[in-house]
Amino acid sequence: MKHSLLTAATVACAITTGGLSLSAHAAEEYKLGLVTFLSGAASGPFGIPAKNAADLVIEAINDGTLPAPIEGKGIDGRMITPVYVDEAGGATKQTSEFRNLVQRDGVDAVVGYISSGDCLAIPAVAEELKMLTVLFDCGTPRVFEEADYKYVFRTHSTASMDNIAAARYINDNVPELQSVAGINQNYSWGHDSWRDFTETLKVLRDGDIEITTEQFPKLFAGQYGAEISALQVNSADVIHTSFWGGDTDAFVLQAAARGLLADNQLIFTAGETALNSLGEHLPDGAIIGARGPFGPFAPESELNTWFQTEFTERFGTPPTFPAYHMAHALIGLKLAQDKAGVGASTEDVISSFEGLVFEGPGGKVEMNRGKGHQAATEMVYGRLKRVDGEITFTDITRYAADCVNPPEGTETVEWIQAGMPGAECN
Amino acid sequence: MKQLLAILVDGSVYASWLFIISAGLTLIYGVMRILNMSHGSFYALGAYSGAAMVGWYFSTGSVPWFSFVVLISSALVAGVTVGLLVERGLLRFMYGRDEVVMILVTYAVLLIMEDAIKLIWGVEPYFAYQPYTLLGRTQFMGLSFANYDFMLIGVSILIGLALWYGLNRTQNGKLLRVVIHDREIAGALGINVSKIFTITFLIGAGIGALAGALTAPGLSVVPGMGIEVIVLAFAVVVIGGLGSISGALVGALIVGMARATAVHLYPQVELFVIYAVMGLVLAFRPQGLFAVANARKI
Repeated sequence: MKHSLLTAATVACAITTGGLSLSAHAAEEYKLGLVTFLSGAASGPFGIPAKNAADLVIEAINDGTLPAPIEGKGIDGRMITPVYVDEAGGATKQTSEFRNLVQRDGVDAVVGYISSGDCLAIPAVAEELKMLTVLFDCGTPRVFEEADYKYVFRTHSTASMDNIAAARYINDNVPELQSVAGINQNYSWGHDSWRDFTETLKVLRDGDIEITTEQFPKLFAGQYGAEISALQVNSADVIHTSFWGGDTDAFVLQAAARGLLADNQLIFTAGETALNSLGEHLPDGAIIGARGPFGPFAPESELNTWFQTEFTERFGTPPTFPAYHMAHALIGLKLAQDKAGVGASTEDVISSFEGLVFEGPGGKVEMNRGKGHQAATEMVYGRLKRVDGEITFTDITRYAADCVNPPEGTETVEWIQAGMPGAECN
Repeated sequence: MKQLLAILVDGSVYASWLFIISAGLTLIYGVMRILNMSHGSFYALGAYSGAAMVGWYFSTGSVPWFSFVVLISSALVAGVTVGLLVERGLLRFMYGRDEVVMILVTYAVLLIMEDAIKLIWGVEPYFAYQPYTLLGRTQFMGLSFANYDFMLIGVSILIGLALWYGLNRTQNGKLLRVVIHDREIAGALGINVSKIFTITFLIGAGIGALAGALTAPGLSVVPGMGIEVIVLAFAVVVIGGLGSISGALVGALIVGMARATAVHLYPQVELFVIYAVMGLVLAFRPQGLFAVANARKI
């Protein structure tokens, strides 16, 4: 009798304290550092849509109203409290801001970074501070090609996917393709994009491709008059650009006013962000990419319908790919944390994040590159075509993830130059 | 030949843009000895007010050509009004202080104005592209240029001529040059130096805002745009010699032509060429090409 009373008391105590600790855990906040451009040329088309998506998705996660299959309130029951940081200011400033987030604000994780420069600078600091960090938008393949990281994840594909697919697309869809020209920003993103694009074309065409001019203007230069003239002087069958943000806007406006867009075939690997604001300047036939199956190329699903509808209603404009990237990063983080369980250590969360496969509003995400830390997704291109004044797309081509992403453990350039062995295309 | 033509036109257009941006900066330094860091904010202010008003104007469905008047006048009104506030409300209390202090003060104004712009217009981009395409384009030798860019060349020539005429041929201009030469003696002779300072700052701020407004139609107007151009403007006025209008003109032309040549012939050095030119000029003339001589005081 005495023994059973003791047992009952112990069980009661355990349940009570367990319950208390559970409810205490539930009352805790999940402090999340969110870094995105809140000012500067990248804020309007990139940073702000990403922040809007973060607001929307975090609210839905906290309320537990994200459509199936994403269940549960909060991140492992904890309500997310975002701490926003402006990404403007360069990599040196961002590393200080990252330290502030971790050491002063005491965040549980960081989701951030649009600029490839920042994405190359932050991971080393994340490792040093042992901070779970999800890169949400930057595209440089160098992050996981040049190093292995334990605490860093990226839930979307790299720029290699954009440009390998771009080369495949124009090779398949532009008859009598003989020459290409490029205008890309003068930093890692622009150089990597142009290199992957031209190297892939050389492989696909056995070197039978002429490069008429390679322009690398300064990031956010704003004035592209001379570059546009150079593209007109050195005319090519296709002009490739990986411009993003305010640079896309300025280039589109200036190139349209000078007839470059009407007279030439252009491929914008990250052009989707300009559709809502500058769509009227983009001529029919312009080839547009959305850095993955996002925006107009997103597959139909309950989650995507929810995301598109809620975002458009709340912010007055449809979500573009930076918004999708942010949603994927947050959903990936939540699923990994939930899978690890309540009270799990950072190491446990990392284990459950590695190799995670999940469905976001932009479709399937497989964390199967970079030793399970880097995602590979499919890539889509289409040609812009106006129907009754509305922007639609024709010649939409979807490239499977394994067709346009180098396999695990292979560097992009080496893979391309080797003839892309093992590429599985549809 | 085609390439040479492209270099000349592109270089001239870029130089015009640079000159409009840097003319106000060098004028203020020439007269007031203030290295006005907030010049970039006046540029941004002009771009925002111009873009916002043009956006509104087109939403009313009125005649398109009048948008040029709306663009320029709204920027000038905003630039002069805020310029007056900054000069009368802050800078006049700082006159006579060290140049470094003035840099810090105007830098503070830049930061405040950057935030004020975000407060008023938010962080979403503004577009005012209609005027850019309104004038059409000109085609020759297989090249196509926006007529708006030629208008930019015209405006920069007008500003240059107006400043030259104002400084050299008018009574007030001559008074201004007296103040530039020696502000203490000018004050002792009964010239109202404070008034001349105010007028100069307003002209400088107005030109800065005008530069922003004229740039706005060709790009998206976003926060931080003023800071992007201030570095370029400094490069131009340093090459030309701080405080010299003709120096700013020559500096803008050198930078414009060097950049256009690089883009057409050696695209890989485009990023570097402006600073290479600056380094080269300063190596031979540390005060810039047309530095205003300082009278030695005994």
